[in-house]
Amino acid sequence: MTTTIPTGERPRTLAEKVWADHLVKKGEAGTPDLIYIDLHLVHEVTSPQAFDGLRLAGRPVRRPDLTIATEDHNTPTLAIDKPIADPTSRTQIETLRRNAAEFGIRLHSLGDVEQGIVHVVGPQLGLTQPGITVVCGDSHTSTHGAFGAMAFGIGTSEVEHVLATQTLPLKPFKTMAINVEGSLRPGVTAKDIILAVIAKIGTGGGQGYVLEYRGSAIRALSMDGRMTICNMSIEAGARAGMVAPDATTYEYLKGRAHAPEGADWDAAVEYWETLATDDGAQFDAEVFIDADTLEPFVTWGTNPGQGVSLSEAVPDPATITDQHERAAAERALEYMDLAPGTPLKDIRVDAVFMGSCTNSRIEDLRAFASIIKGKHKADGVRVMVVPGSARVRLEAEAEGLDKVITEFGAEWRFAGCSMCLGMNPDQLAPGERCASTSNRNFEGRQGKGGRTHLVSPLVAAATAIRGTLSGPWDLEAASQAEGN
Amino acid sequence: MDKITTVTGTAVPLRRSNVDTDQIIPAVFLKRVTKTGFEDALFFAWRQDPEFVLNRPEFAGARILIAGPDFGTGSSREHAVWALRDYGFDVVISSRFGDIFRGNAGKQGLVAAQIAYEDVERLWETIEAEPGIAVTVDLVERTVGAGALTVPFDIDDYTRWRLLEGLDDIGLTLRDENAIAEFESHREAWRPKTLPIREPAESGSL
Repeated sequence: MTTTIPTGERPRTLAEKVWADHLVKKGEAGTPDLIYIDLHLVHEVTSPQAFDGLRLAGRPVRRPDLTIATEDHNTPTLAIDKPIADPTSRTQIETLRRNAAEFGIRLHSLGDVEQGIVHVVGPQLGLTQPGITVVCGDSHTSTHGAFGAMAFGIGTSEVEHVLATQTLPLKPFKTMAINVEGSLRPGVTAKDIILAVIAKIGTGGGQGYVLEYRGSAIRALSMDGRMTICNMSIEAGARAGMVAPDATTYEYLKGRAHAPEGADWDAAVEYWETLATDDGAQFDAEVFIDADTLEPFVTWGTNPGQGVSLSEAVPDPATITDQHERAAAERALEYMDLAPGTPLKDIRVDAVFMGSCTNSRIEDLRAFASIIKGKHKADGVRVMVVPGSARVRLEAEAEGLDKVITEFGAEWRFAGCSMCLGMNPDQLAPGERCASTSNRNFEGRQGKGGRTHLVSPLVAAATAIRGTLSGPWDLEAASQAEGN
Repeated sequence: MDKITTVTGTAVPLRRSNVDTDQIIPAVFLKRVTKTGFEDALFFAWRQDPEFVLNRPEFAGARILIAGPDFGTGSSREHAVWALRDYGFDVVISSRFGDIFRGNAGKQGLVAAQIAYEDVERLWETIEAEPGIAVTVDLVERTVGAGALTVPFDIDDYTRWRLLEGLDDIGLTLRDENAIAEFESHREAWRPKTLPIREPAESGSL
């Protein structure tokens, strides 16, 4: 197949090209397009009812060779060699194992080196590649868009649909360019970019769109950073976020288990090079973010759009003109037990969670470790570090990061979704406040009554040291003051 | 799936925006492997409050939920739709829905009717003035009626047609099996496959 644009054809965006290359059947008269799915990721929570549906209808899995499963949401992060204590969690994991065996699906179970959060496992195996379509029964599937793939979360009915047909009926998305130009200052990360984007466009701003992250600040990011950004596209209401593939992408992929090899590699790169948005292509909407002036970002409320720079104060709802936003802010401050005008840096935390599909890859752990090295955590703060996959855990241990983390007084856990959503025992107690590198600060998300502030790994580390919401700049200021 | 044309019943005014799927059903209830029995999990945290609107006797047996903007944002969990269905809701009305939630609803026979925010306010006011008033959602005419008030709603044509006909998506797609096979016959050899399992070329990275 060649995707070179015939002369005279209109310029297209990255998203339009990937869509067009997966069109099985064009919809007519209001019916959706039928889109082919290259990679289907499966986990234990959103799949049991889908497999049940197949059994009831007597349908097989059409393409087991394009499907892969891992255990992540329910899995414990301690004593993983023991039976899972919670009987309902155990049943769900056992159900996935039975379904995978019955339908011939590759499964990486607890204890396997490739087990981990589904969105960490796909890229690390080299299965996530530019220009493919990826789905999973998980809204953070948008993560894989960092490779120039079109990747989005689906519900359980759609999981069953993809298992049975390897396709999905879909209406075309609109496209939105998120232009991030400039250079991030030291201490400012991909996480701060995406929190700033969500604060700017709101939790509903991306609805119906595929976001394409563009500009010099995005190009300068590693794959791990790009994954952090694409991961949270859903928090702006968008189902997918994408970054055009480039040399950084190819370098990450080369040599991974399922990356193409030899002549296949050359053919693939030739295709991948055609994917970037054409000059002159029109987006349905555009947003501009200045990377030069960004500061570490943190949320104060109960949706990911309720965030400000760390140097600011908790906003006063009375100053918000939109009535829904004002009501939501009032309710959020009540839930978060925060008073308007409180400097964010005065907010004391009980816990720090370093992990989740947003920030649990090796670079995230390195960034966290670089700040805490040789220090000890603040008294009374519980710090939990959960790598994204068993392989990331091994890699971190090979670099000695586990020692830095345990000497700091933090807990070094096994891989999984963990306290991002508290389906396993890793939860906040009612009223506890947490600085979390995860993606959602919803009421009760990390445990009933728990309060979440979303932060970057660097802010998580500095906060764990000081016990109050802090950035790496605050540590430098403190050590200079001591020196004086 | 049962065919749906009109739904008439009690409607609940839920005066909240950004009702994410973690609020509709917290993650601890997602461990079940069945598709039913989620009624107790619906709005679990909020229902602990005796004053919460769903706990008020005049809204017992409600079939229609009317919520503020951005209903069903966040997690893809279809359990949110199952919990609403199991509780007895056939229709959710809002001025804006999370994309994945809206898709899930359409596949499970839950009508997600989008109406202008001003009309949400008018419906809330009508219902609060007369709790228990019969509200009718007409999928054929795409209207919501309560007493003298009738307002239009949006739902995409394809979802509406499937709900009216009670059609199963997978069955519809499998009518195009030849087109799928044809597409697969052209799929490039270098596109990724999960099987057979391959080891990294450079296994020295660990």
